[in-house]
Amino acid sequence: MFQNRILKRICTNKTSLAGFILVAFFGLVALLAPWLAPVHNKNNPYQMPQKSYAIAPQPPSGGYWFGTTEQQYDLYYGVVWGARLAFEIGVTVTFFAFLVGLLVGATAAYFGGKVDEVLMRLTDVVFAVPSLVLAMVIAAMLGPDIKNMMIALTVVSWPSYARLIRGDILSVKQRDYVTAARTLGARGPRILLRHILPNSIYPSVVVASLDIGYVVLTAASLSFLGLGAQPGTADWGQLIAMSRNWVLGTAQNPFAYWYTVAAPGGAIFLFVLGWNLLGDAFRDILDPRQV
Amino acid sequence: MVRYLIRRLMMLPLVVLGVTFLLFFLTQRLSPEMRASLYVKDPRQMGSLEEVIRQYGLRDNVFKQYGRWLAQVARGDLGYSPSANMPVAQAIKQYFPATVQLALVTMVLVVFFGVWFGVFSAVHKDRWQDTLARVISVGGFSLPIFVLGLLLLMLFYGKLGWFAPGGYSLQTDLIIHSGSFKMYTGFLLLDAVLNGNGRVFIDVLSHLVLPAVTLCIGSFALMVRVMRSSMLEELGKDYVRTARAKGLLPRQVVYKHAGKNAIIPVITLAGIQFIRLLGGTVIVETIFDYPGIGRFGVIAAQQLDIAGILGFSLMVAVLFVLGNLLSDLLYTAVDPRIRLD
Repeated sequence: MFQNRILKRICTNKTSLAGFILVAFFGLVALLAPWLAPVHNKNNPYQMPQKSYAIAPQPPSGGYWFGTTEQQYDLYYGVVWGARLAFEIGVTVTFFAFLVGLLVGATAAYFGGKVDEVLMRLTDVVFAVPSLVLAMVIAAMLGPDIKNMMIALTVVSWPSYARLIRGDILSVKQRDYVTAARTLGARGPRILLRHILPNSIYPSVVVASLDIGYVVLTAASLSFLGLGAQPGTADWGQLIAMSRNWVLGTAQNPFAYWYTVAAPGGAIFLFVLGWNLLGDAFRDILDPRQV
Repeated sequence: MVRYLIRRLMMLPLVVLGVTFLLFFLTQRLSPEMRASLYVKDPRQMGSLEEVIRQYGLRDNVFKQYGRWLAQVARGDLGYSPSANMPVAQAIKQYFPATVQLALVTMVLVVFFGVWFGVFSAVHKDRWQDTLARVISVGGFSLPIFVLGLLLLMLFYGKLGWFAPGGYSLQTDLIIHSGSFKMYTGFLLLDAVLNGNGRVFIDVLSHLVLPAVTLCIGSFALMVRVMRSSMLEELGKDYVRTARAKGLLPRQVVYKHAGKNAIIPVITLAGIQFIRLLGGTVIVETIFDYPGIGRFGVIAAQQLDIAGILGFSLMVAVLFVLGNLLSDLLYTAVDPRIRLD
């Protein structure tokens, strides 16, 4: 019933419906990537095919719908597989960050006192630096590749979930049914796992899943700075980084290489827009005070 | 209040220690040769790294090394940055004012246009103007700054040739490094005024336009939203109805009466956003090749310049903690009902 109500709200509101359609579209592209753009390198499907080693990008043409980047990487392949990589990064990072946040938040809320104090100060430390800057520095130290970038993003993302979950648990902890379970003789872990968590976790799950757009945006920023995916990877941020040398075009035609920004830039914009529209709708639904 | 201040200030060393230790710990993955650069003060020393490694015990355990690094920092020595080709402390001193300048100009844009758009949106609530403002602000919020930056560069530099990347033009470079131009503060805009040099002022300002416009896009959306809801709240209050009943012009009611009260949350938000902008400067300064602290940090990270990375992170952490504290204090100053304890 709860799910039905949310679905109904999403479908009746125009902007949230647009967000839903955008996210669903990218989800479909990600799922169908092997059929939309047949794999070129079996060992690493995220490796973009290269037409030649010529330096200057080529405009869209017959076999290359979105044109090619510098060194002739196929932009269409990059954008399609980039969608798949975006979901992979977004879901993986959010999942692990949420897991760590859940563990830390639940521990802090359940034990309280000194444990709580120490763990929350730990979240303060991570919060004290802008997440992009911290992720950038960590990714640099670990060495630029996608796996390390995901680790860096997880390290900077978990504290917000830890705080959220801690707050939710603290409020649920006071409820009567928890006291009832305790008087019935239930032990600590059982109360936490069976009574408190199931009743406090859902809002955080929704908030976390809506952060996927933000995670992908940060990941793209890191790739853009050269601290994430490496040249040749089908990653939107990486594709935009490759277009950087060409945005000024030629002396005769300043917009000569517009297509190098257009496809990956458009993809990332629509992807993030979709998540933001969806996020707005959910915040309204979850927060009954706002009408 | 005083107790709150003291407690918050005690957080400062904790946060700084936490962040730097985390990074210091990560540096241990790198070879001692690479880490040696952290302790080299003179480029000539780079020739004999083995000596540096032995002298500073770079093969010791991480806590010992970290302690030594802290002692060095306490003496005001942040090491030598090969990527900037100067001591880290000097690089920070040189690049930091440019970033502050950029953030300030951005903030002016954000507040001015954010307030204007927010009021516009609130006055036309639920009509097409409101929807338009909403679409623009959500769109702006979703447009990655590196995409917007490249598009602006393409249009305003590539096509129109109005605004060039970089911090200032070659002519300005010659002027400010000549003996007659005095660097009083390091903030070029201010120094240009103090030197009475209009050409430098205009040149520096014109180089700030594109980065500032790019940087403001994210904060702008939030500002519009806050101003809109704050304005709507004020417009529904009794004193506004009274003012209207007195027969004042709608413009006077909106700007002089409701607007003055509605702007309070915007001011505090501006304080917080100002600090947050620092994260964005990393990307914007890279795109526009703007000589600020963000670009310094990115280059240090790209080239694995450990001294540069640690110094940069240390500075950002200190700035962030102080900035957050300041914006908390700003809250209480603007709204006395809020008490900190």
